[in-house]
Amino acid sequence: MDRIDLSIGSGGKSMHEFIAGVVLRHLGNARLDGLGDAALLDLPRHAAFTTDSFVVKPLFFPGGDIGTLCVAGTVNDLVVSGARPLFLSLGLILEEGLPMADLERILASMRRTADAAGVTVVTGDTKVVRKGEADGIYVNTAGIGEAVGRPETPRPGDILIVTGSPGDHGVAIMVARREFEFEGDVRSDCAALTRLLPLWESGDVRWMRDITRGGLATVACEMASQAGCTAVLREADVPFSPPVRGVAEILGIEPLYLPSEGKALIVAPSASAGRVLEFLRTKAACPDAAAIGTVETRDREVDAILRTQSGGHRILEPLTGELLPRIC
Amino acid sequence: MCLAIPLRLIDVEGEHGTVDAGGIRRRIVISLVPGAKPGDYAIVHAGFAISLMDEEQALLSIRTIHELLDKAGS
Amino acid sequence: MKDLEILRGEPAVRALVDEIGREAAGIGRPLQLMEVCGTHTMTVYRNGLGPVLRRLGVTMISGPGCPVCVTPDSTISAAASLVREHEGVILASFGDMLRVPTSEGILMKLVPAARSEIRIVYSAEETLRLARENPDRSVVFLAAGFETTIPSIAWVVRECVRRDVRNVFLLSAMKTVPAPLRAILSAGEVRLDGLIYPGHVSVIIGTHPYEFIPKEFGVPGAVAGFEPADFLLGVLAVLQQIRGRRPAVENAYPRAVRAEGNPEAVRLIAETLHPADAEWRGFGTIPQSGLLPPERFSALARFNPRTDAVWTHEGCRCGEVVRGLIAPEGCPLFARTCTPGRPLGPCMVSFEGACLIHAKYGKEVPGGQD
Repeated sequence: MDRIDLSIGSGGKSMHEFIAGVVLRHLGNARLDGLGDAALLDLPRHAAFTTDSFVVKPLFFPGGDIGTLCVAGTVNDLVVSGARPLFLSLGLILEEGLPMADLERILASMRRTADAAGVTVVTGDTKVVRKGEADGIYVNTAGIGEAVGRPETPRPGDILIVTGSPGDHGVAIMVARREFEFEGDVRSDCAALTRLLPLWESGDVRWMRDITRGGLATVACEMASQAGCTAVLREADVPFSPPVRGVAEILGIEPLYLPSEGKALIVAPSASAGRVLEFLRTKAACPDAAAIGTVETRDREVDAILRTQSGGHRILEPLTGELLPRIC
Repeated sequence: MCLAIPLRLIDVEGEHGTVDAGGIRRRIVISLVPGAKPGDYAIVHAGFAISLMDEEQALLSIRTIHELLDKAGS
Repeated sequence: MKDLEILRGEPAVRALVDEIGREAAGIGRPLQLMEVCGTHTMTVYRNGLGPVLRRLGVTMISGPGCPVCVTPDSTISAAASLVREHEGVILASFGDMLRVPTSEGILMKLVPAARSEIRIVYSAEETLRLARENPDRSVVFLAAGFETTIPSIAWVVRECVRRDVRNVFLLSAMKTVPAPLRAILSAGEVRLDGLIYPGHVSVIIGTHPYEFIPKEFGVPGAVAGFEPADFLLGVLAVLQQIRGRRPAVENAYPRAVRAEGNPEAVRLIAETLHPADAEWRGFGTIPQSGLLPPERFSALARFNPRTDAVWTHEGCRCGEVVRGLIAPEGCPLFARTCTPGRPLGPCMVSFEGACLIHAKYGKEVPGGQD
């Protein structure tokens, strides 16, 4: 069949053929092939467990698709929590009429991303809803990982490091949505961050979070709020890529709020910050990693302060509302 | 009222041109700046070029800043 | 242009701040300057320059340069009426205007009449595309803006004439900058020691239209650009005029602004639009301060929409903010009941609005770092 139809979610022969013929062709592995109701696993003593749902629109964008995202997103939640990702579950909600070719592309992306991250999909589920009741495909993934490091609360004196240019995913989505009538050779930074794991093993980092919705500013505010500190960011040191700067200029959008899907904010003690940067740049394929600020003692109710390029200061708040371009 | 930025024109065709900022490209109307050519920097507002940047004046402004910086340094 | 990066950087800003400090000390009294344009307010607050200038005795007051903020209830009513009460109307507008809070909610969320809808556009040119794609409907463009935007609207009118487009209409909210400045100075309610003229409006109109200000009112001024150093160059020029007691209209943004403006744009405006009296939020009617298209493009003439259908919040003091009478912080609703997440008036909605800019960027860093 070349489009998803309701029979695939019915639990009968059609569904079985679909799973065996399509899903397993892309995602098959020793555990999944058995298609049991549950995966039987030997879990590590200290495990991490997370889940995320993915409703990105459009499904395909430069540099990735919902398949890349749904694996990378859950993998990254584990990585930044100090865990090596091991197993994923996969819940698919498919819209009747979704082209099979699109689904296969998405499954192939999932496989590629999972292989790169060293995880396997060990259990899953498929449902089909009527045309109009989902936007092509919605995905949920849950992930289990082995704790290899223990995050600690950031404290004053720590250094804030970003693994690369924030906001690339946001610009890629904007280009793909064609809402703003601009084009660009820009790719989402959607990727798994498993290559950051040695930082946990070495004990050189204190805390990490991946930069997703709300961008770098929002993540910094959340960190500071949870840690009871104040984050001070230096605008001039944030390594925005040229397309992100371009979009910020053309549309008047604040790039500190543009999302990534493969970049992390890392907090490291000042004594090891140099080593962390060295590792990122030379061993973890993060050539643009940069120190962008510091953690300071809590300043009343202020989560984050931005030291602007021109030397002034202003308070940075988490993103509220939508990002709409400025128009006269 | 005034959001507009200098963007490099990479091509022109009749009443339209394409500007580029860091690899992001947008098609704009250039009817308000007759004589615009690729390589010019257009001040673009809401999809229209309203002025071409005068590079000589730009350099003069930069020089003024440098003079101030030298004065501050000494 | 890479070289222009220097206008953003700290060393240039510091050096200019020091120069401004010297001039201010020489003048020896507190000064109030008005930055007319919302984008200049953004430059000041995004870069933390407000507190820096205040420490030198220079207070910046925001002016009327926010087209959405000065659009009166009657225009928004007309837009609401067009969409709700007329079939087959596509109301095209820049985004901010569609989010101004009114007694009936925001325009964007109104339930349109049959075959009517609201579309956000980022360029006036999109109006032509909408008209072409929807030949059986009327496209009404809520044409808002000052002289920076007006040429693009004039261009659309000219194209409609050239291509014989019959289904485009304008609901005009076009306004000109010099007129409210005369009103503010004549009223004398705010003490203004100097003006920072809008950079990109001046690209179009040049510097001559402001010359009545030093001549008739003795108030110094300078056109400034939008990088932090550009703005400070403008402030420095004004302070030098104050100290030397020689009010003038200086051009501190010569890479973009010429004294004669953009003659092509001015000609296009003159050929396609005509001046008319206009109603301003906060100012009432200012004679010859607006621009209208030819009658055949007038949405008011074609549809006769209601101009009393919606109104803004009773306690809203945006009208005083745009006249420089109060700062956003002077409005009792500011940051309490009127916030970026729950705005009550246009100044908290528009990206050029003083209240939104102050709310987003104006919170002062405790401890007064520099």
